[in-house]
Amino acid sequence: MSTAGHGAGVPDFKRQAAAAVADRRLQEIFDRATRQKDDGRRAILPELGDPLAVRNLAAQIKDHTLENLDRYLEQFIDQIRRRGGQVHFAADGPQARSVIVEIARGAGARLIVKSKSMVSEEIELNHDLEAAGFEVVETDLGEYILQLAGEKPSHIVTPVAHKNRQDVGRLFADKLGIPYTTDPPELTMVARRVLREKFRTADLGIIGANFAVAETGTVCIVTNEGNGRYCSSRPRVLVCLMGLEKLVPRMADLPVFLKLLGKSATGQRITCYTSLITGPKRPGDFDGPEEFHLVLMDNRRSAVLGSDYMQTLRCIRCGACLNACPVYRKIGGHAYEATYPGPIGKVITPLLNSLEVYEHLPQASSLCGACLDACPVRIDIPTHLIRLREELVRRGRSPLAFRLGFKGWRLGMSSRWLYRWGAMKARWFMWLVSRNGWCRWMPSTGGVWTRHRDLPVMPARPFRARWAALQKELESEDGGDAR
Amino acid sequence: MRVSLFVTCLTDLYFPEVAESVVRVLHRLGVKCDFPADQTCCGQPALNSGFIDEARAVAARMIRVFEGAGTVVTPSGSCCSIVREYFPHLTEHDPDLHARALALAERTFEFTEFLTKRLKVDLSAWDLPYPATATFHYSCHNRGIGMTVEDITSVLRYFRGLEYRPLVKLDQCCGFGGTFAVKYGDISGSMLADKIECIKATGADLLICNDGGCTLNIVGGLHRQGIDIRVRHIAEMLDEAMRNGDNARLMRGRGQAPVEGLPRRPAACACGHDRTAGGCS
Repeated sequence: MSTAGHGAGVPDFKRQAAAAVADRRLQEIFDRATRQKDDGRRAILPELGDPLAVRNLAAQIKDHTLENLDRYLEQFIDQIRRRGGQVHFAADGPQARSVIVEIARGAGARLIVKSKSMVSEEIELNHDLEAAGFEVVETDLGEYILQLAGEKPSHIVTPVAHKNRQDVGRLFADKLGIPYTTDPPELTMVARRVLREKFRTADLGIIGANFAVAETGTVCIVTNEGNGRYCSSRPRVLVCLMGLEKLVPRMADLPVFLKLLGKSATGQRITCYTSLITGPKRPGDFDGPEEFHLVLMDNRRSAVLGSDYMQTLRCIRCGACLNACPVYRKIGGHAYEATYPGPIGKVITPLLNSLEVYEHLPQASSLCGACLDACPVRIDIPTHLIRLREELVRRGRSPLAFRLGFKGWRLGMSSRWLYRWGAMKARWFMWLVSRNGWCRWMPSTGGVWTRHRDLPVMPARPFRARWAALQKELESEDGGDAR
Repeated sequence: MRVSLFVTCLTDLYFPEVAESVVRVLHRLGVKCDFPADQTCCGQPALNSGFIDEARAVAARMIRVFEGAGTVVTPSGSCCSIVREYFPHLTEHDPDLHARALALAERTFEFTEFLTKRLKVDLSAWDLPYPATATFHYSCHNRGIGMTVEDITSVLRYFRGLEYRPLVKLDQCCGFGGTFAVKYGDISGSMLADKIECIKATGADLLICNDGGCTLNIVGGLHRQGIDIRVRHIAEMLDEAMRNGDNARLMRGRGQAPVEGLPRRPAACACGHDRTAGGCS
C-alpha cells in the first residue's frame, strides 16, 4: 500500500489509483469504514424532521455569510480584539507558518500540543515548527498515530481510516515500547497516558476552527476525545489557525451546523465535545489561555470568493462526501496526494493549488452524484467537477484524441444521416474485432474499456430502423380489436 | 394521450428492443408515441468531458428537434437528467434558447417515472407473469431525477412470480460514468467488479436496469466473467409479461400468441401456489 502520502514530488494520480485498486486490504478497510459512517449518517439524519430544509438553511446561512464576508470578518476581528485577543493575517501558508513560529518563540514555548486541524495539514505547519526547534504533539488519537508513523491523513475526519487495529498495535509496540496488543481500549489508554502528560506540560496550544461566530468573536471546535478542550484551556498561550471561510454571523446560527456536522460526519447526534472559545482568560475565569492569537488565513480562498466556485466555501469538512463516494471507497485517501481527498478535494485542491498539477482529480469521477446527496450544505460537487473539466479543455489540457474525437462527434450528431453513417461504420469495425457478438479487445481508448469488460456489438438495425415495422405491429394489435 | 419518444443514442444503437418495448407498453396503456426522426444525442458525453461548445451545439439541436413535441419520454434516466438538470445551464448564454430548454426540461420524463408519477398507471388489471429471481440496479441518475427505489419496486409488485432481492450497496455507482470508464479504467473497472460481486451475492437470475449506460457497462462485465444473469429494462419486462399474461381483453389484439423464447406463465405447485414466488418447496 502506498501510505507515504503526498508532499513528495509531482502527484501521479493514475499510478497511485492503479496501486490502490490492486490492494485488496485497502479496499476492504475503506469499504467498511466509509459505509459504516455513510449508513450512520443516513440513519440519523431523519431525526432532524425535515433534513433537506435544515441543509438548505445551512447552505443559505453560509452563502449569506460569504456574500457579506468583509462585513462579518470586520465584526469578528473587532470582537476578538475587544476581548483581548490578538489577530494576525496570513495571505498564504508560508506567512501563516512564520506568524505561528514567531508567536511560539515570543511565548518562549518548548512543547506545543495540537488539536486536529485540516488547515494546519494544508500548510504543513508541523514541519516548520519542528524545524524551529519546538516539540509538536498531535493530540487527536488518529493524528497522534499518524505522527508516530510519519504518515499523512487519509480522511479529513477520521485521518487514520487506512489503518486497522493490528497496524496500530504494531506501531505502538515499535514506537512506544509497549507489548503488542490489538485491543482498542488498551491502545487508547496507552495514548491517553502519553498525551495527558503532554497536555500538562505544554506551553502552547494550537487549534483549528470548525466554526467562528462573528457577533461574539467566538471560535468553535468540536472533538470526540476532548483533546481540543485540553489544548485550548491548559497551555498558557493559545493559537487558533482558521481559514477565512469559517464564519457564521450569529450564535443562533451555530446550532444548525452543530446538528448537521456530527450527523453527517460520523452518524452521531452531536459530536462529544463542543468548545466555544471567546478570547483569552478573563479575571475570575477558572482556566483558559493568558494569550489568545487568531491567525486568519486566506491561502487562495479569496480568489474562490465571488467566482463560479464560491459554493465550495460552504464546506464544513464533515467528510460525508468522502464516505459516500464510490471512487474514494476504491482508492482510499492517499491516492489523491492532496490534503483534502474525496469529492470535495477534487474541487478545492485544484482551486487552492494548481489545476494543472491536479488535473486528474476533477476528471476521475463518474459524476454519480452521491456526494451531492450526502453534502449537508448541498454543494453541487458534480457540476463543479464539470466546470473544472471545461477549464481543462479551455487550457488545452485534454488529449488530442479527445479533442479530435469530440469535433467529429459534434459533426456526427448534427444530422441524422451522419449519425447513422457513423453508427454503421462503428458497427462494421466492432464486427471486425468481435467474436460471437462480443468485442473482447478494442484498440486505443476502447482498449481501456475492454481491459475490464466486454462490449456487445451493436445490433444490425438500430431502433430508428425498426420504427416503421413497429408501427405496423401496433396497428395490427389495434386492428385485432376493431374486428 | 400522445408522447414523443427520446430514444437516446445508446438505447437506439445498443438496446433497440428496449425502446420497442417502451413504445409497445405505452401503446397498450393508451399512450401513442411519436418518434422525432431527427433526434441524435443529448450531448452528455461532451458535457461530462468538459467540451462545452460541442455539448451546447448538440443540446441546442435536441431542443429544436423536440420543439413541437409535447411530453417527452425516455428509457434512460441519465439522458433524462441531462435534459432536466443541465440543458438550462447549457443555454444560459441565450435567453430564448434558455426558455425553450426550461420548457423541454419540464416536460421530459424517464419511462418508469412517467408510468408511476405522470400516468399514475394502475397495473393491477393486467396479468403480468414474470417468473424470475430479480435484483435491481438503482442507477445514479434515477436517483438524480428524484426516483426512489420504492417508485421502481412499486411497479415490480405487479409481476406474478417475480421474487425481488435488493442489492447490497444498492445505490453505489456501477462505474460507468461515460468517458470516465475509458479515462480511468482501473477505478471504473474496480467499481464494476464491486457491483458484479453484489449482484452475484443476491443469487438473482435477472438484473433490472433502467439506464442504457449502466446496462452497457454491467452486461459487458457479466459477459467477461461468464456470469449468466439476464439484464432487462423494466419496459422489456412489462412488454414480455403483457404478451404472455392472460390479457386478451386488455391487449385488444385477440388470440395473440406468446412470444417465442420468453417466459410463460409459471408452473404451479400441487397446492396451487406459485412456485417461483417462493415459500413452497
